Amino acid sequence: MQGNAVNFWGTPGGWALITVGQVLLVMVGVLISLAFLLWGDRKIWAGVQMRKGPNVVGPFGLFQSFADFIKFVLKEITVPSGADKSVFLLAPVISFVLAFAAWAVIPFGPGWAVSNINVGVLYLFAISSLGVYGIIMGGWASNSKYPFLGGLRSAAQMVSYEVSLGFIIITVILLVGSMNLQTIVEHQAGGFWNWNVFGGGLKNLPMAIVMIPMMVMFFVSALAETNRPPFDLPEAESELVAGYQVEYSSTPYLLFMIGEYSNIVLMCGMITILFFGGWQAPFPTPFTASWAPWALGLFGLAWFAIKIVFWFFMFAMVKAIVPRYRYDQLMRLGWKVFLPTSLVAVVVVAAWRVFGPAA
Amino acid sequence: MGLQAIAFYLLAAVTLGAGFLVVTARNPVHSVLFLILAFFTAAGLFVLLGAEFLAMLLVVVYVGAVAVLFLFVVMMLDVDFSALRAGFARYLPIGLVVGGVLAVEMVLVAVTVALKGAAAAHDAPLVPSHEVTNAEAIGRVLYTDYVYFFQAAGLVLLVAMIGAIVLTLRHKPGVKRQDIAKQVARTPKTGMKLVQIQSGQGVREEGISE
Repeated sequence: MQGNAVNFWGTPGGWALITVGQVLLVMVGVLISLAFLLWGDRKIWAGVQMRKGPNVVGPFGLFQSFADFIKFVLKEITVPSGADKSVFLLAPVISFVLAFAAWAVIPFGPGWAVSNINVGVLYLFAISSLGVYGIIMGGWASNSKYPFLGGLRSAAQMVSYEVSLGFIIITVILLVGSMNLQTIVEHQAGGFWNWNVFGGGLKNLPMAIVMIPMMVMFFVSALAETNRPPFDLPEAESELVAGYQVEYSSTPYLLFMIGEYSNIVLMCGMITILFFGGWQAPFPTPFTASWAPWALGLFGLAWFAIKIVFWFFMFAMVKAIVPRYRYDQLMRLGWKVFLPTSLVAVVVVAAWRVFGPAA
Repeated sequence: MGLQAIAFYLLAAVTLGAGFLVVTARNPVHSVLFLILAFFTAAGLFVLLGAEFLAMLLVVVYVGAVAVLFLFVVMMLDVDFSALRAGFARYLPIGLVVGGVLAVEMVLVAVTVALKGAAAAHDAPLVPSHEVTNAEAIGRVLYTDYVYFFQAAGLVLLVAMIGAIVLTLRHKPGVKRQDIAKQVARTPKTGMKLVQIQSGQGVREEGISE
């Protein structure tokens, strides 16, 4: 009987069951974290503006997101007349699915990833480059001016910033020598001085001159990629009412919203993994040598969560503090500043890897 | 193996169906969306072949960038369907010729594979595929054996890029542009002028002179 049970997990059916379980665990975990991060976003924003923010539902308003969720789901779905109904309803679903598909390769702890693939970074990049379709389809299918303009803006903006984002990721790949996310994180073990933001290892310390600006540029590009203020031109309320979301209501709007926030948290996770050591603690941890794997996993997950929350805090602060860019300024920053700078950085890091003392 | 076969037939069916719908869909935007679906499922087929690097590149380049611009243009254009249909009969012979040539080529490949066995289609791999990752294997041949072709392809792209810039770049006179460097370099000394105004005379210049 016991032997049969062990065998079952090795069969395709058992493997599929385990994977589905992992996927559900990650999805539910991310969704619940999102609810509280959304609340945190609003609280931080309110704090900067000397307001109280949501404070009615639950202690400190902690359950505000759940109340919003119920409200969104119970509302009626309205489809504008003249809208392309199937594309209109498909767009938020695509946004939502893609936002969660990306989490499949994120390493939450040592060995804790749904799928540990060799091209993990490229997968993340590919999925995040697909995110634009939800927005552009929603904008077009609404059959309305403001959503369409918002969709077009978003398409141009996301394609522009993807280029520099790609080059910044290449600098990290060059330093580590692998596209596997788990390997990238393990490469930064041992303490904060080994993190990629400081060049990844003491022998690469001079590369900190390149990597610290790269980290800042990645953060700014991530803001643009997720349509967050100060680059929220696709939904700039003073110009486009709410951009591509104008015609959306109830559950489809909720899906867009969750997709957007999931992408933001994902970007926080990417900065953490690429530059700040992922689930590694910022100091040497010899005391964990005798720990069980599950304890090590939880230890890593805790550090990963702390770093993500820190970066989410930065996202929220930027939203509260920085005024919105004009569209031509946004394009100038992407193409004339970030692209050449990141290109030079790729050349410098590659030269260091070939000719530097660490070669 | 069974799971892989199911995945293959599913992806292949979706690719073919999407490809068919690209041609038959009445709305050009729907056509592009089906094209994107075809690209995406083709990437899935690459993954099944073990070429995950190529699959990701296909998604990043074609789906993430090229198709977005495609969609962009198709959404902006006001396509006149009646005009398109009127030209259908006229272009039919050319379409048939192109389709025929493609069909003959595919038959030739299929016959070659059938006669010489599958080994003819992929001789001994240049790099042992099970030892190194995909990206490394491609890099090893691309930057050594085929480096001249690689450079030539880059050169072609550069020329195309310069051509596009030359075609679209015009400097209109009299347009006020923002010069960030100039703005940053401004100091109170260069940006401001104190004028002693004699009463009853006013200021000579209007506004702030350069």
